[in-house]
This record gives sequence, structure tokens and C-alpha cells, in this order.
Amino acid sequence: MFKATVIVKRRTTIVDPQGKAVEQGAKLLGFNNIRKTRIGKYIEFFVDTMDKDLAEKEVKEYSEKLLSNPIMEDFEFTLEEVK
Amino acid sequence: MKPKFGVVVFPGSNCDYDAYYAVKKVLGYEAEFLWHKEKELKGSDVIILPGGFSYGDYLRTGSIARFSPIMDSVYSFAENGGAVIGICNGFQILLEIGLLPGVMIQNESLKFVCKDSYLSVQTTNSIFSKDIGKSVIKIPIKHGEGNYYTDDETLKNLEKNDQILFKYCTIDGKIAPEANPNGALLNIAGIMNKRKNVMGMMPHPENACDPILSKTDGTLIFNSLAKNIF
Repeated sequence: MFKATVIVKRRTTIVDPQGKAVEQGAKLLGFNNIRKTRIGKYIEFFVDTMDKDLAEKEVKEYSEKLLSNPIMEDFEFTLEEVK
Repeated sequence: MKPKFGVVVFPGSNCDYDAYYAVKKVLGYEAEFLWHKEKELKGSDVIILPGGFSYGDYLRTGSIARFSPIMDSVYSFAENGGAVIGICNGFQILLEIGLLPGVMIQNESLKFVCKDSYLSVQTTNSIFSKDIGKSVIKIPIKHGEGNYYTDDETLKNLEKNDQILFKYCTIDGKIAPEANPNGALLNIAGIMNKRKNVMGMMPHPENACDPILSKTDGTLIFNSLAKNIF
């Protein structure tokens, strides 16, 4: 079995209203060096197979078809074998 | 001949009854609900994907609803030239499934906006708008993610192919930043596919049909469609 972690990030060319709003909070807290806050998604799940190639293929397809929208987001993932 | 409207019901749809009520009880067309787990469109001439929060808006708005069994049938129906209207969340589903280009991101203000909006009718070259008969219509909006975004090339193509149907404007028809409620590119409120049989709009025409609500411009869209669909 593999544990997959997928991170979905909004493309840097697309405005991120949430990130901008959160950064205003940073300023209110007095953090004046915080720049370019962007909010993405962290998704974890298990892939129930021993075949790493198959696991990679499934995670990639799952990420492409559902977890991210390629028009506005990029994704990256890691796979870790677990017992 | 009167068209039959099929109103798709997803878990989390909340404007399905409003749409059904508007087209059937106010306008007198035939209408039927289509449960998302079904595949049969039951002889509908027009499919309405209603507003709401299908699947709780989890992940991205419309992202899970697009995989509902009924959406395969809706997709084929649209590909074969069938008329489809996506309203608000329905628009978001049409974007996710790829029947319309682009994406919706959160409103620039990060606020849920609920108010009447004025829309400038950008083209009469479509079944949805041919007989609207006005250049500015008043239709309410109620959404948190209506900030239409797409890449430059797609945007140029939308303009070139006359696919932009509605833009947010002032009461006198000026397309200005102050009339843009959500930050949408070019004040876009509604677009169509290239073939102009699929239309998505963030404002809710079904909530501007019954005279008791003090605004009836939504009827112009449904009636234009009914008049020109056959």
C-alpha cells in the first residue's frame, strides 16, 4: 500500500483572493515581511496496491481529472510505501 | 410547440425548485426534474443545470457534480446541439465538464454577493437572446464564486466568436468596473459555447420571472429560448 500526498496550487499567473486577504491579516499582526501568500490544497489518501507504477498512474490521473483543474491549478504529489 | 424543460437535481442544488416553478408555473412550459443518478433526459428539449451548492462545493464548485451519471447524457445532448442552460452553480458545472471554457474563482471581495444586477445583452445572435428585446436587463445574483477567469487566447476567441452573452453593467448600460460584482474578466456574467446551444450565466433568471418578485426580465430569456429552439 502507498500513502499519497497531493498538493494543488493555484497557478501564479492567476490572482488568489484568499491569499491576498490572509496576507492583510499578516499585516494586521505586524508581519511586514510576508509577501505573495497563496493558498492551495493538501490532499492525502492511500492507494491499495503493491505496484508503484500503477499507484503513480492512478494518483496522477486522479489529480488531473478531479483534484485539480488544469486551467487554474498545478499539482505535485509524493508516494510513500506503508505497511 | 412548447418546449419541455428538464431541471437536473444534484445533492445540494437549491434553485432547482425555483427554476421548475419559473418555467412551469409562471411561464406555462412543461418541466420535469431529472435526478442526478438517472441517465434518462425524459424527452427534455432544454436542460437546466440549476444553482446551489452541488456536493457542498467541495474541492471546487461543480467539480464533483460533473461526474454524476446524468451529466454523460447532458454532455451528449449538448454535443448533439441540445439546448443547455447552466445557472450559477450550473454554470460552474458546465465549466468543469468543459462544455464552456474557463473557470470560476472566488469573488475578488471574498464576499458572497446577493443583489440585483444589471446585464448588458452583448449579442442577439443566439436562441437565448434573439427575442430579449432589451439591451439591459435586471437579474439578481447570489454567489461567492462568480469571478470568471480564462486565458487571453480563450478570451479573444470568446469575443471573436460572439460567445459573450451578458456583461455586468450599470443601470444605464455602461460596462464599468463599479458594475462588476465579483471581479470577472471583462465584466462577464454569461457566455455560450461556439455553437451557441450551451449557455452559462451567474445571475438567476428564474428568480426574475414571477411578478410578485417585482422583476420579470428573466422571462425574456426563457421565452426567447422557447420561441427560437424549434
